[in-house]
Amino acid sequence: MIHRAKKRWWKEHWFYFTIPALIIYVWFMAFPLLNSMRLSFYTGTGLVPTEFVGLKNYVELFTNPLYKDRLVGALKNTLILFAICMGIQNTLGLMFANMLSGRLRGAAVYRTIIFLPATISVLVTGFLWKLILNPHWGAVNYLLVNLGFDQFYGYPWLGKPETAMIMVGLITAWQWVGIPTMIFLAGLQGISEDLLEAAAIDGASGTQIFWRIKLPLLTPVMGIVSILTFVGNFNAFDIVFAMTNARGAPEYSTDIMGTLFYRVGIAGEHPVAEPNMGIGASIATVIFFILFVGVSLWLISRERAAKNS
Amino acid sequence: MQRIMRIRKFKLVHYLILTIWAFIVLFPVWTMIANSFKKQLDIFRNPFAPPAPLRLDGYIYVLRDSDFLRYCWNTVLIVGITIFLTLLTGSLAAFALANWKGKFSKFLYLFFLAGIMIPIRLGTINIFQIIRGLGLMGSMYSLIPIYVAWGLPIAVFVLTTFIQELPRELMEVAAIDGASRLRIYYSIILPLIRPALGTVAILNLVNIWNDIWFPLIFNLKESHRTLLLGVTYFFGTYQTDWTKVLVVLTLSTVPILTLYILMSRQFIKGLTAGAIKG
Repeated sequence: MIHRAKKRWWKEHWFYFTIPALIIYVWFMAFPLLNSMRLSFYTGTGLVPTEFVGLKNYVELFTNPLYKDRLVGALKNTLILFAICMGIQNTLGLMFANMLSGRLRGAAVYRTIIFLPATISVLVTGFLWKLILNPHWGAVNYLLVNLGFDQFYGYPWLGKPETAMIMVGLITAWQWVGIPTMIFLAGLQGISEDLLEAAAIDGASGTQIFWRIKLPLLTPVMGIVSILTFVGNFNAFDIVFAMTNARGAPEYSTDIMGTLFYRVGIAGEHPVAEPNMGIGASIATVIFFILFVGVSLWLISRERAAKNS
Repeated sequence: MQRIMRIRKFKLVHYLILTIWAFIVLFPVWTMIANSFKKQLDIFRNPFAPPAPLRLDGYIYVLRDSDFLRYCWNTVLIVGITIFLTLLTGSLAAFALANWKGKFSKFLYLFFLAGIMIPIRLGTINIFQIIRGLGLMGSMYSLIPIYVAWGLPIAVFVLTTFIQELPRELMEVAAIDGASRLRIYYSIILPLIRPALGTVAILNLVNIWNDIWFPLIFNLKESHRTLLLGVTYFFGTYQTDWTKVLVVLTLSTVPILTLYILMSRQFIKGLTAGAIKG
């Protein structure tokens, strides 16, 4: 009797409990994701593309200079963003985590401060830095000129194609550095104290311990941080929308995949003011494919590493 | 002795670097808040000076003569309903997926988890059409199902993991005593998973409060604008009036920031869990 009750508990009638979640999840996320991919094979002037055109949207996207140049540019800028986030945000995150993991007084305060920008909306961050970087009234140029760097008087950080994307990347790093910091910190706290102590007793310096012991042990965590950054960057939109605009000004130098998708699929790309939902859907599918390849490579390398160890 | 000295020096460098970074983080936030209490010319004259005398003109204008408070209320409403629905449906599903042993259960679990790595924005084209088909274009209520669907994968993941770690006897004993599943869910599971519900709630709060993509896409009508969509419009209209812009930015940030400072540990835990996910 008891056995049967137990058995019934683990097996029967659980499905009902998942129904509400399933309905919402399928209706508003899983289905639209798949259906958007399907729509990338359709075209039409209405809001729902109805005419099946096979791969024409993709051919258009990859060969028509109107789209191709933008796609290549957006891809390049997204990769610049990724490079800045990897090089600055994640490196700083690793460094901060290493500092915070030592017995440091006030570590909790620093942790709270480092993480703080991650709770501010990307939009507000973007607007705020746009004001701070304002060529005439902004605090950055004010500070630089007062420090004697007169060449920065009125320098438009966001108005020059050479610096705009770098600024967007730096602000992104400023905002999100807390996330890798916390992930690396959790990873560092997982390293056994005995190991680190033994190394210290053997005379290893802090730098040596970091490079020879901590860093190799953190490799899996680095994988997680990299893939998160990758997915985040290919999903980014708000920061460019706020700091420059959805057209990726100046001269498309800050145009990333997210803004390109928004313009073509939703808002309407210049000079055609009408959105092209079919091509928009194909851009989303390209992004999906890039993410899929990235995540798969990460999973494969993780499997391999697990097998080797 | 020499070693200890060396470690000390090392720590000093750590403090120095961390303090510089703390300054880089706090400085923009400080200028935002401090300058929102100044007159435009005083901002330009010295952006770093503390606000003296304290000018509330910007605040009075924004709170009294604009729709700011309405947008604020809209966001609170959407956030509240969304979090409630996400926690309810998510915990019911997690309760099932944590207990149900079977192939289909595993499949469903993985199906939910797949949503963690795939940004919901990639489905925007079709979501747009679905919302249109429902006649919800321009209405802020269109955001609710989207946000619930967006939050569910992570909710199911966090809650299922948490329930799986509870002692199984708890549920078995209650089941043998004849308690119905709903009753077990309500009086045993829900009280026990409160910390995990908190994590999920915080993550959703920050994500939804800060989202601009869907309000923008759904082109919310004026009375239905969310706070951040409102901020976008204010930023456009007030562009040259820095005091008002800064007031709007400050007011839209301070609620979350206050919560964060009060419960930073839970926030960091929730948002990091939201980032790592799998």
